[in-house]
Parts: sequence; structure tokens; C-alpha cells
Amino acid sequence: MLTIAGKTFSSRLFTGTGKFSSPQVMREALERSGSEMVTVALRRVDLADPADDIMRVLDRERFFFLPNTAGARNHKEAVRLARLARASGGGDWVKLEVTPDPRTLLPDPVDTLLATEELVKEGFVVLPYINADPILALRLQEAGAAAVMPLAAPIGTNRGLVTRYQIEIIIQQATVPVVVDAGLGAPSHAAQAMEMGADAVLVNTAIAVAGDPVAMADAFRQAVIAGRLAFKAGLGRVSDQAAASSPSSGLEFIR
Amino acid sequence: MADFSLPGFTELIRRAARPGKTEVLAALAAERLDLEGLAALLSPAAEEFLPQMASRSRRITGQRFGRVIQIYAPLYLSNYCANRCLYCGFSAENRIRRRCLTLEEVDAEAQALIDRGIRHLLLVSGEAPQVLGVDYLAQVARRLAGRFDSLSIEVQPLGDDDYLRLFAAGITSVAVYQETYDPELYRRLHLAGPKMDYAYRLATPGRAAAAGMREVGIGALLGLNDWRAEGLALGAHLAWLRRRFWRTGLTVSFPRIRPASGGFKALTPVSEQNLAQLIFALRLFDHDVGLLLSTREEPRFRNGMLGLGPTRYSAGSCTAPGGYAEEGLGDEQFAVDDHRSVAEVCAAIHEQGLDPVRKDWDRCLQAG
Amino acid sequence: MKIIVNGEDRQAPPGITVAAYVATLGFDPETVVVELDGQILGRFEYDERRLAEGAELELIRFVGGG
Ligand code: SF4
Repeated sequence: MLTIAGKTFSSRLFTGTGKFSSPQVMREALERSGSEMVTVALRRVDLADPADDIMRVLDRERFFFLPNTAGARNHKEAVRLARLARASGGGDWVKLEVTPDPRTLLPDPVDTLLATEELVKEGFVVLPYINADPILALRLQEAGAAAVMPLAAPIGTNRGLVTRYQIEIIIQQATVPVVVDAGLGAPSHAAQAMEMGADAVLVNTAIAVAGDPVAMADAFRQAVIAGRLAFKAGLGRVSDQAAASSPSSGLEFIR
Repeated sequence: MADFSLPGFTELIRRAARPGKTEVLAALAAERLDLEGLAALLSPAAEEFLPQMASRSRRITGQRFGRVIQIYAPLYLSNYCANRCLYCGFSAENRIRRRCLTLEEVDAEAQALIDRGIRHLLLVSGEAPQVLGVDYLAQVARRLAGRFDSLSIEVQPLGDDDYLRLFAAGITSVAVYQETYDPELYRRLHLAGPKMDYAYRLATPGRAAAAGMREVGIGALLGLNDWRAEGLALGAHLAWLRRRFWRTGLTVSFPRIRPASGGFKALTPVSEQNLAQLIFALRLFDHDVGLLLSTREEPRFRNGMLGLGPTRYSAGSCTAPGGYAEEGLGDEQFAVDDHRSVAEVCAAIHEQGLDPVRKDWDRCLQAG
Repeated sequence: MKIIVNGEDRQAPPGITVAAYVATLGFDPETVVVELDGQILGRFEYDERRLAEGAELELIRFVGGG
């Protein structure tokens, strides 16, 4: 069981709710994924289409909503979005995203830290989305973040664990859960992240834009379970040289 | 995060005795070890894999630290002590010649070490706050800070404010060895004095780290107790400190009991083979920890271990206050077994294809 | 009277409550957050606060996102 800020989850697959072809496909895919935590964004309502409401298709008993601050370009905007999320009945949880560069949507480390400090002060449970920077992860943890969400690769790129070595360090050092977010393009990527010891992964694009999102959601569900099992079982080390069967010890000096 | 706590010592003994060959092979195959993996490498079943452990330890140490060994020397400030520790030559009831160096004498000792090429100094004393308190240490630090590249202390446990003060005065690292992580045995070995407080001592490395020290050292005195269980406790302590104080560098010392005044014999002798196993196991457990090998060990063993795991060697050590500049004014804490000069130790290091570095940080660069 | 809703000019009956106005647009007040003149309103305020000439309303709610 995964516990974040006192709340437990039996699924270690978190899913995003963007980019699906229809609310019905989304609902079916998310249900099949086994996910218990889904991220949602906040936007101005479409005045011409009052019925377009994600809350209607997703069962909030089944899915825990994690509002994000997508679109925020600095810490002030992020804090405002978080407050709006809270006011809309989203609870105190927020996935903090501060992405000033619209091209790469890479997160701004400085404003992410500032916003985390501010939001923690206001009683939020903050899960910051960050580049895979181990020191930043530690600083955020100290600032009171409830988890850290390092990216595997820039969002939407489907490239897999491009940041693998930094994420390894983050996992080794973190005292809060590590959720690998963004860039996981295939179930094998998610499995790899779990094998490394990530506490959870967040997947959106790879499921939403798959030929068959429902089947892909199932594939991710199984990959995350397999990866977690492998991590618990203890992977063998990749040997960088063939192990000598009878090593000449070089320890003859010991008496 | 909660305070550091350990399972009972008998549980630690059990956990380090139990693993079999399967667990050892799994630990040797793992990329990263948890405490169970460390226990496997400390276990009797791992003894036949010492060569494999040595070769992995060598590779990790080389990768992480490069082909260098740091050289330091202890400067004994005083051999007064209010504690009665059964294993120590400075113990209060021992009838030895006591002295506490004056600031001028400290200067002379320091100069003698500088002349020998020492740039990293470890200030050592017994626990006698009336004779040697924080004021004295701060004065010593201020006098020496500019002349050495780093100043460490191995003195009595101090309070948070004391560490802040000493850090400001130029002390950059603190070593406090728990001696044994078995509270029961600890009680029986420490008969009088402030050191009787096991819990206060156990919390001291954390206090020093919280005060901003660049480095904190822990250790267990080998020969008091089941060394495998002590090794497991050291690993747990290390892991806790790492998580909590990620800005702080960590080191571990492995002093083996040497003949000392008072005639204390090791309760459970630890062989060189055991010591080597402990060093390799901790290196495999924590790739980044500094490992110290002091002049308590013989030149043969110290030479042989070069490059295999330890990263820091003391050299030319004298464990009596005032012993560098002159002879015979105070008695020593323990007999050293490596009597080579700093130059000789450095030559031996060069011979192994390693570089003896005498400093790793310039205090003049420090802010705050 | 004229008010501004999500950046668009709109007409609203003078003195209408926030709850009533949101309902006239076809939204369930329970599922939207309202910012009135830059201030986030609590749910309990929807029935109390009334719109004045030139009021600026932002209606926000959850949408799909990663
Ligand atoms: S071990 Fe330390 S505290 Fe104990 S008697 Fe020796 S000098 Fe004093």
C-alpha cells in the first residue's frame, strides 16, 4: 500500500484525465487502469457548453481527484489556481505545476519551491512536478512537500526514463514518496520506473492517445504491478564485468 | 522524522547471524543494499566471499572517491577525563600523568604537525568540561583555523549551541563514537561520568549535523561486542543520518581495541579478517561514506587495505597530549601500531598508485 | 445591467445573486468555482452575494488534465 500524506492507495498507477477522445473513453480507460488517483486541471467553464463536466462522468467515490495547477507560469498563478481548486471542493491536495516555457512545458524549479512553501503554509498537501533534480527534490521535501513528482522525460514526448540516473538518486534520498511523472510512453517504461523503486507513476498521454486507450490502460495497470513486484523481489545487478569464478583475492596481507 | 532508534541488540545479533549463502549472493548481486543486504554481508556466511566483497568495494571506492587517500593526524589536547570507561587509558581512575595543553602548547603541537605536512587536523580530548570546555575549544579553533584546511573534533558530546559556536570558530567536523550500540553492555562499560547517558550520546551526531557541520563521524569500538551486530547498527545509524541530514558528509571509524593503560583486553576479539569484512560490507552498503583506518592498525594491514575501501588514513599519530613537539609530559590513550612518519605513510600510498591528499576543503571559502 | 463573465460582456438582471445567475447560464453552482472581482467566493456566499453593474465574474471548474 502506498501512503501519501496519510491517505493510502492500493494502486500505484496515477492517471491523467486530459487528451481523451471522449469522456466515455476516458471513464472506461480509467476504470480499467485500476487507478485510484486522477489528476484534473482547472479552467474557465465554456459558457456555450454547460454540460461539458468531467465531474459528471467520474465517480468521486472511486477516484480521488488531484487538481493540478497546469497553465501556471509562475508561483503566484500556481498559488491562485491551488486556492481555486480548494474552493471548488477539490480538497487540500494539489499537484503543483509551474511551467513558464510553453514549448517544453518544463517546470520552473525556483517558482515551484516558492509556491510549495506558500501552499504548505496555507495547509495544502503539495505534490510538486519537477525536473529530475535530486537537490530540488530534497529542498521541496524540507519545505513540506508530501511527495515529489520528477519527470521521466518532457511531457508528452513518450520517451521513457530519459532521466533515469537522477531519478535513481532521488529515490535513494527521498523520505517522501516519489511519483515518476511525464514522458512514460509505454508500459515497459512504467515497469522500469517501478523496478527502480519509484513509489508510483503518473500516466496520461500514453493511455489517452493509444489506438485502444482501454486496452492500454490495462497494459499500464499490469506493468505497474509487475514492476513493483520485481522491485520488491530484488533485481540482480547488471554486472559490468564477468565475475571471475575464482578471484585471486589480493587479500593475502590479512592475518 | 522520528528520533533514531534501533531494534534490540539481541535482535541485531540474530539478524546478522541468520543469513545464508543465498542471501549473501543476493546481496552481492544487488545494485543497492538495504539493511537486510548489509546483514547478509556481515554474516558468517559471507566470509567465504571476502574476495568478491573486496573487489566490489575497491571498484565502488575508486569510482566515488578516485585514486586518493586523505591524510589526517590527531592532536590530543588533554587527557583529563571525568568518565570511567573500562576500556580507555584516560579513564578517571587510571593513575596516569594528566595534562591539558595551554594555547601556546597547542600552537607548538600544531606547528610540529604542519611541518610534517598535515593539513587536516583532528582535535581529541577526554571529557573534562571544567578543564576543557567549549570556550577553550573555540579559542583553539580560532587559533588553528587559518593554518589547517580542516579542523575536526573528537571530544565530549556537546549541545546544539556549542556546535553552532564551534562551527563559527572554524570546526568543520565532529566525530562521536557510540562505542557500542548495545545499551546493556554500554551501561556495564561506563561506570561513572556524563558518558553514562547512552541516549544523549546516540543523539549527538544528529545534533552536530543539525548545527551545520560539514561532516559527522560515527563509530563503534571493536572488541567489545558482536561486531556483526555493531556493523548493522552502524549501517542503520548511517542510513538514518543520510536521510535526515543530506547536506552532511558522513564517516565511519573502526577502532579496534588496543592495549591501553588499565590493561583492558578485548571482550570479543575482532580479527583483521573480521575488520576487513566490516569495511567492505559498509562500503557496499553506503557508496559515499568516508571510511577511516587509523594507526591502531599495523602497517601491513593498512598498506594492504589501500584502495579497497577506506578513504582516510591517520599518519604519524601520537595519542598523548603534547607528544608531537616534545616527549613524555602526558600519558597516551592507546598504543599505536603504525609508527611510520607522515612521509612514510604517504610514500606507501604513492606506491599503491594512490595520491595522498592532505586537504579536501578550504575553510576560507565557507559562508555562514 | 452589464457584467463581465469569463472575459465576455453579458447582461444580468440588477441585484441577482451569484447562485441564481450561475444557474441561468445552465451550470450547477455546486460544480463551479466563482471568482467575483478577483476574490474567490466560498460556496456559502453564492446565495448571499449579489452582482452589481460592471461586476467581473470568473467561472472555473475541473477539466481533463495530466
Ligand atoms: S573513552 Fe573518552 S570518555 Fe571514556 S575515559 Fe576515555 S577519554 Fe574519557
